Amino acid sequence: MKLSKLSALAVTTALCAPSAFAEEMANELTLVSWGGAYENSQHKAYVEPYLAANPDVKITWDQSAAEAVAKIRAMNEAGNVTWDLVDVVASDSMRLCDEGLAEELDHDGILAAAPDGTPATEDFGDLIVSDCFVPQIVYSTTFGYRTDLIDQPDSVCAIFDTEKYPGKRSLQKRPIDNMEWALFCDGVAKDEIYDVLGTDEGVAQALAKLDTIKNDVVWWTAGAETPQLLADGEVVMGSTFNGRLFSAIAEQGQPIGMLWDMQSFDLDGWIIPAGLPADRKARVLDFLKFATDTQRLADQAKYISYGPARASSAPLVGKHAELGIDMAPHMPTDPANAGNVHVYDYEWWADNRDDLDAKFQAWLAK
Amino acid sequence: MSALPPYASTGQRAWYYSFRVICGLIFFFLIAPIVVIIPLSFNAQDFFTFTPEMLRLDPEGFSLKHYRNFFGDDSWQTSMWNSLKIAPMATIVSVTFGTLAAIGLSQPHVPFRRAIMAILISPMIVPLIISAAGMYFFYSRIGLQGTYMGVVLAHAALGIPFVIITVTATLVGFDRSLTRAAANMGADPVTTFFRVQMPLIMPGVISGGLFAFITSFDEVVVVLFVGSAGQRTLPWQMFTGLREQISPTILAVATLLVAISIMLLATVEMLRRRSERLRGMSPS
Amino acid sequence: MSDISQSGPVLAADGTPLKRSLSRALRMQKMRALLLIAPLLLFILLTFILPVADMLYRSVDNRIVQDVLPRTVQALESWDPASNQLPEEAAFAALAADLKEAAEAKTHTKVAKRLNYENPGIASVFRKSGRKVKKWDIDADGPFRERLIELNKGWGDVELWKTIKTYSGIRTTGYFLNAVDMQLGADGAEMRPENERIYNTMLIRTMRMSLIITFSCILLGYPVAWLLANLPSSKANLLMILVLLPFWTSLLVRTSAWKILLQQQGVINDTLVWIGLVDDTNRLVLINNELGTIIAMTHILLPFMILPMYSVMQTINPTYMRAAKSMGATDWTAFWRVYFPQSVPGIGAGSILVFILAVGYYITPALVGGTKGTFISNLIAYHISTSGNWGLGAALGAILLAVVLVLYWVYDKIVGIDNVKLG
Repeated sequence: MKLSKLSALAVTTALCAPSAFAEEMANELTLVSWGGAYENSQHKAYVEPYLAANPDVKITWDQSAAEAVAKIRAMNEAGNVTWDLVDVVASDSMRLCDEGLAEELDHDGILAAAPDGTPATEDFGDLIVSDCFVPQIVYSTTFGYRTDLIDQPDSVCAIFDTEKYPGKRSLQKRPIDNMEWALFCDGVAKDEIYDVLGTDEGVAQALAKLDTIKNDVVWWTAGAETPQLLADGEVVMGSTFNGRLFSAIAEQGQPIGMLWDMQSFDLDGWIIPAGLPADRKARVLDFLKFATDTQRLADQAKYISYGPARASSAPLVGKHAELGIDMAPHMPTDPANAGNVHVYDYEWWADNRDDLDAKFQAWLAK
Repeated sequence: MSALPPYASTGQRAWYYSFRVICGLIFFFLIAPIVVIIPLSFNAQDFFTFTPEMLRLDPEGFSLKHYRNFFGDDSWQTSMWNSLKIAPMATIVSVTFGTLAAIGLSQPHVPFRRAIMAILISPMIVPLIISAAGMYFFYSRIGLQGTYMGVVLAHAALGIPFVIITVTATLVGFDRSLTRAAANMGADPVTTFFRVQMPLIMPGVISGGLFAFITSFDEVVVVLFVGSAGQRTLPWQMFTGLREQISPTILAVATLLVAISIMLLATVEMLRRRSERLRGMSPS
Repeated sequence: MSDISQSGPVLAADGTPLKRSLSRALRMQKMRALLLIAPLLLFILLTFILPVADMLYRSVDNRIVQDVLPRTVQALESWDPASNQLPEEAAFAALAADLKEAAEAKTHTKVAKRLNYENPGIASVFRKSGRKVKKWDIDADGPFRERLIELNKGWGDVELWKTIKTYSGIRTTGYFLNAVDMQLGADGAEMRPENERIYNTMLIRTMRMSLIITFSCILLGYPVAWLLANLPSSKANLLMILVLLPFWTSLLVRTSAWKILLQQQGVINDTLVWIGLVDDTNRLVLINNELGTIIAMTHILLPFMILPMYSVMQTINPTYMRAAKSMGATDWTAFWRVYFPQSVPGIGAGSILVFILAVGYYITPALVGGTKGTFISNLIAYHISTSGNWGLGAALGAILLAVVLVLYWVYDKIVGIDNVKLG
């Protein structure tokens, strides 16, 4: 019974039935993610089918992904890790891996191969940015605007143009992306942004540009804030993750438009905290293999407009689960959307984050 | 200012009425924000403001959908049950320890009374973020972080000052000759405690308990740090809701919480008057 | 007890001197009281005081540098940073050995993070070199000075070595200095560069806004307390409920109510537009700034002002006012010269309480304060849960706690903690 259900679900992948190890696996699993539409897509695409196949397992969601690095560090220091699988952005996975807080993984050994037999490392390709990271999606931080309140902007620099586009705008309360956009709109060439930002004058230049709109900015910390602020008319444009905007536009029918210019690509994926006991680790690996196979990643795109991290998933991306609209044109990677993208430099930020955070916070408080 | 004397001058009259208006406005400021969310929670739309239908009192404009959302949604329900599991347990712990200590503190000769009192009241005074961060690191180290027990202990510590304050307040007016009389008539200290002292301080204990309960039931900062997903309480869920997906369901929850507050407040008021009557003070 | 007569000690019924018998009874009483208090005292010490003290220790704890780089710290002892010369080969060799060991245990990034707070850029030098040095053979691969500098030119920077030497003790003042916008420079403590100063600004802002909130509470609380104290008790009790209901209502409920009321598309702005006081395109900005925090927190803390004022005013005898008036004082003089001075203790008690509670607020500023209306608590939370700079978070916490404890002490001196009343 259990096996038949399982094989019915495992459409594409040769899923090894976990029954042989079942007695050694813990039955509780705590997944850490970001809440909102994104967590919902993970729940629908990975967790529900997994639970259907493993009815004894209890899965708890924790929405602490934004504080994941600090919390894992505290848990590790105390030797009491309560999380099993944590969804983090690429740069956080690198930090955690560097500090030995995340488990190093043998990707080909633990992850499913593509349906045509391509090993996982090739299927994910460059997106495996650290030894601890199993990528899930490609997303972008981009802008939404109120179609009924302002004219259609065609460049990211509309953010800095309060004359033509009056009203408040929302930006994420961190230096990443904002500093780059500020320099770009201040006339710095795209491929020189990080060289300029590496100097004190460059930082001052970026902050000076942000100063011009400081009084018009509402700063956000959670991804759902901008869609909410846009829907309430509290801001006329704002940055957020493209999937959140998609939910607001396509699912809730809000009068919001997408501005893809200079969208900033990033990755999101799983890490396993270091130091899990064997039974819990076995369960995590079992779930991870299931949740990151080609079909599951493609399924996720039915619920949210993030690009699956596997090359082999892309052709399987179909229509939205409830609305029936084609999802491909809403993906950040779609050629029509990716005309002018900003490639966010993880390495650079890993080195300079603390320093720029301090300067940015000081600037904010002024 | 019970009444305006008949000989009051025009100026006095004007002041008398304008003073009442000022006070009225301040009372309005105190109460309006709480009252205004109640009708909004019946909004048929997903807005946080009065729709034209609502202002016309059109029944179409109102609905129970946010309440249905609350009772039908798993995460809201889990968080409510978590709150209901944590708060009573924390209350029991703080009331037990707190009452004993309050009785000890009200004895006539207690060495270091002031210092002890200062320590026991400190959880109320120390900024929550400091308590929360301290407990977060310390409880992590001893394996209590992210456990039910950890949150209960943390909340009990926060509730204790309230129990101490209310119980010592009822003991202040306590007539010691009563215990002496009981002892004279051959009652042992335990009997004296349960038959004489306990009934008199009971109202204080219960209102202290209610304070401890509401402290835990409303607490969000400490549980954010000490708890993990398994202890997600109602205030925690509201806090994430307010920060992230602000949905009008929050207003339905808020309205229910206001109803609970009114019930608790009524109970405490009743007990206070009863206690004053028992101790022979005039109800004020 | 007066002096006992000199003719001999008075004896109790069992023949022991009364004095001793009494003092034994007193001792028993003290013991019993302490026994009753002990469980709770122990409970509070373990669940509350100890955790707070433990966290505060993080603000000076600097063991990480010695733990991870023991050889380097030792080798640098003989080096004089004032010389502005790179240290000798011995220090480089010690560092290579430490780094290799640390990279294997993955602790090199931790010490890098610590040093990076003091000298941004160090983290990447450590991280990048760690990967390579892990593969070195320390016994055979020397000398290391040129090799390390070749590997990463950061090692050729004297400032980096100065930072390691400055922060090699097991305790540090670095976090506290940072918390007041200073740093340890070559000649001792100095101010940080202008564009990195933030904590003094935040501390002053927290104080200033708490004062404004306290003052608004006095302004709004005084008339209400006066009214309540002077109405017949049946009416006063009824109105008291209007004060106590907000007091009993969840903090989050009240904060969310303000969030909804104050939004640009919220109830207050809607009403003002509807009345015609405000133009639809020029709606007032009442939230995500200082004003939002002040309004919401005044509302939340107002009951804490009214209750102590009320209990003091209740004790003021109305005949004094009448006496003053009968002797020819105007209403204002009678109030200002007779009534007001007697109500000052109530204002004092309420003000200290409100101020103590206000300076430590976290939730309300986080939700309605935006960036201009946040408090020092919000920065502490940021460092504890987001940036991971726990030492700095603890140092800021220690400063905030010191402020609160001084006020708590003042409150205890003036009002007495026993006299706190709750409804």
